[in-house]
Order: sequence, then C-alpha cells, then structure tokens
Amino acid sequence: MALVKFTYALKRFFPKLTDTKANGKTIPAVLQEIEANYPGVTKYVLDDQGSLRQHVNIFIDGVMIKDRTRLSDPFGENSEIYIMQALSGG
Amino acid sequence: MRSTLLLGTRKGLIAYRFQNGKWTMESCSFEGIPVSIAYADPRNGTWWACQDHGHWGVKLQRSKDRGKSWEEVAAPAYPEGEEVKDGLPATTRYLWSMAHGGKNYISRLWIGTDPGGLFVSEDEGNSFQLVESLWKHPTRKEGWFGGGRDLPGIHSIVVDPRNEDHIHIGISCAGVFETTDAGKSWAIRNKGMSADFLPDPTVETGFDPHIVVAAPSNPDYLWQQNHCGIFRSIDAGKNWLDVSEPNGPARFGFAIAVAGDNPDQAWVAPADSDVNRTAIQSALVICRTDDGGKTWKQLRNGLPQESCFDIVYRHALVNDSNAVVFGTTTGNLFFSPDRGESWQVINNYLPMIYSVQFAD
Repeated sequence: MALVKFTYALKRFFPKLTDTKANGKTIPAVLQEIEANYPGVTKYVLDDQGSLRQHVNIFIDGVMIKDRTRLSDPFGENSEIYIMQALSGG
Repeated sequence: MRSTLLLGTRKGLIAYRFQNGKWTMESCSFEGIPVSIAYADPRNGTWWACQDHGHWGVKLQRSKDRGKSWEEVAAPAYPEGEEVKDGLPATTRYLWSMAHGGKNYISRLWIGTDPGGLFVSEDEGNSFQLVESLWKHPTRKEGWFGGGRDLPGIHSIVVDPRNEDHIHIGISCAGVFETTDAGKSWAIRNKGMSADFLPDPTVETGFDPHIVVAAPSNPDYLWQQNHCGIFRSIDAGKNWLDVSEPNGPARFGFAIAVAGDNPDQAWVAPADSDVNRTAIQSALVICRTDDGGKTWKQLRNGLPQESCFDIVYRHALVNDSNAVVFGTTTGNLFFSPDRGESWQVINNYLPMIYSVQFAD
C-alpha cells in the first residue's frame, strides 16, 4: 500500500487530515480513496477537469510527477505520495 | 442607511457595523484568504464569501449567522470536457459576481465567473449549474477575450426587480448581454459603445464594460464604467450614450454607483488612464453627476490630495440613501454621509479591497 502524505497547509481546511495508506494503483484511484475519508479534499488538489491545480504538486518517492493532466505517473507498492503546495504569493 | 458593510479583501471577509455614529469592525472571517466577492443576500441575510485560494482553487462559503460560522458549499464547476477555447480546458478560475434571483425565485442565485461562464442555483446555493445557452453563444469562443484577467469573465449581473427573468450581464471582454427568459436566450446590447483598443471598433462583441449597474428607482436606466469611458442607457441597454467628461477626470475607471432614489445621479472613481491606472495626479477624487452624466462634479473634501496611488476596483463603490462608501487598492476605506460632499476615513490599514456592499 502506498502512503499518502499532505502539506500542513491543507490541514487548515481538513483538520483531521493525516498520513493515509491507500490501496489504489493509480493516483486518481488513490485520490478517490482519500476523498472518501476527507470529503471535498480532491477539489482542493484537482481542478474542474481533474487536472492537478496549477500551484499544487505531487511527489512520488521524492520525484515530482510529470503528467499533471491525467496523473498517470506510476508508483510502487511501498511508495510515498506527497501532496504539496507551491510556495508563492504575499 | 443600512448599518453593515461587507468587504471582500485580499486577506479575508471583513464586516463593519455603524454604531454610535461611527463604523467599527465587527468581524474578520477567513483571515489571510483572498475573498473576491463578499455578498449579503438581502432576502434572507445569508452572507456569502467567494474565495480565491490561489493554490487550492476557488471556494464558496456561506454563513447564516453573520459570519460566526461558515459552511463550504460546492463552488461552480465546469462540466467535464468543456473548453474555454479549443484545447484549453474550462475550470473555474475566479468568482467575479454574485446576485440573488429575486423575490419570485426565492431559491435562485447567480454567479459570474472567469473564464466566462454564468452559473445558476435553484436550491439556495447548494449546487450551481452552468448556463449552457450563454456558454454556447456563437460569439463566445472567437469574440470574447480577457480584460483585467487573462480569460473572459462575468463581473456584472443585473436582475430586473420588475421582471426577475430579465437580466443584464457584463463581460470583460465581450460587452453587455441581455436575457428576458431567465437565461434561455441572449441578446447582445453593445449599441453605442466604443472599443477603441480594437483594430475594428465596430465589432459586435469585444467591449470592456468594467462594471454595469441599474438604477434601483428605474431599472431601465443602466450605467456602465467602461474601459473607454462612462456610458448610460435609458432604454434597458438597447442604446448606450457616452457621458464621459471630454476633458475632465470622469472618464477612465472601474467602479460606478447609482443613487437608490435618483436614476440620474451616479458616482464614479476616476483613475489616471488605462496606461497608468493610478490616482489622478496623485490625488483621490470621486466624481458625481446629478443630471444623467451631462455634467460631473469633483468631490475631494476629506480625501488625500497628494502622494496618493489608490484606485477603486469595480465592486468597491456603493451608495445607500445619503451614504457613499468606497474601498481602495491600497486598503483605504472611506465613508461619506452626504452623497460625497465630504469624506471620512473608516480605516487606512486594510488589505486591498475587492468588494464593498451595504447590508442590514
């Protein structure tokens, strides 16, 4: 099972958000599982068409994903998937 | 004058209350989060916050207890597969206007968005649907474009209180559109307007109304602060007349407010040309017409007259009986108790102000 971790910035909106194990074999499937636990959270990560929001990144084992539209980057059984925000603004 | 002011700002939704002869901050909700529009529905007192998180997208929140508690509801979203242009997927980038549907449609709400979609809710905002007729309008993909923002956006929704199926909307950049059947069909209402920034100024769409408002005492009287001047219509938008000052400051700007009791009286907040977009000669001035735009009076008493860079965004100038209030890009909030003849500072230290509304 992959382990999904989140930026602390999302905890403002989802206070119970914590490291979560997921069975899904693709990133969209993993996000669907996360959504079931934290309703609404995928709307923060993905846009209306299911693409990764412009200022959000996903890392798999420390490497940024390449496919931001269909989220097709592969990962392994024991991978760590980290969802983070870009640091910008003021 | 109603005793509450709701502000949408770059750092949250801020409420002010008028008590004992002065405005006092009542609350700040969503501190640190940009609120593009703060909206109070006068039918039921519900407060709405249109949020622009930047990282996490746009969100919609409502409160039924004056901001003490908030509930997130699903923000307007574009159906799967919709495109702004061929190859550019449509996703809600900004909530730019909000209006209630009127007394006969008690559950109806409208929201205008960037990239150009109008959304309607028939269930008090629990869900919003894209108004397909406008989204599929034959002029949209080729004839609308960004102005102020990168993509087209709907910043004005004017519901006629005499017939709540009759609505005007303002789009930057496309112009004014009118429906008489609650959004099933649309007519373009840009006759008489100019678009001197275009290679062909005689086009059907491509105009840049910065804001469109109706006179509450006669909704056939529409006013718009346009990129190319100030325009007025006395026939519900069928014809527009340029009422800008040829040689005065009342010309370029973003905001306009019409007096609740007089369709010929309006205020604008002029800015120094579309090139600079700063206060006119480093001084803040509001202009008022009392004669339908034939003449404009400059109102400066109490406003900074040197070293000033403030301008006023399109939703940030409002009137209620004798009161006029505006908020600026540098976080100054001003109040006039006498239709602009004199001004008082409410606060000099607010965040950038996007919207101002009077509420109960």
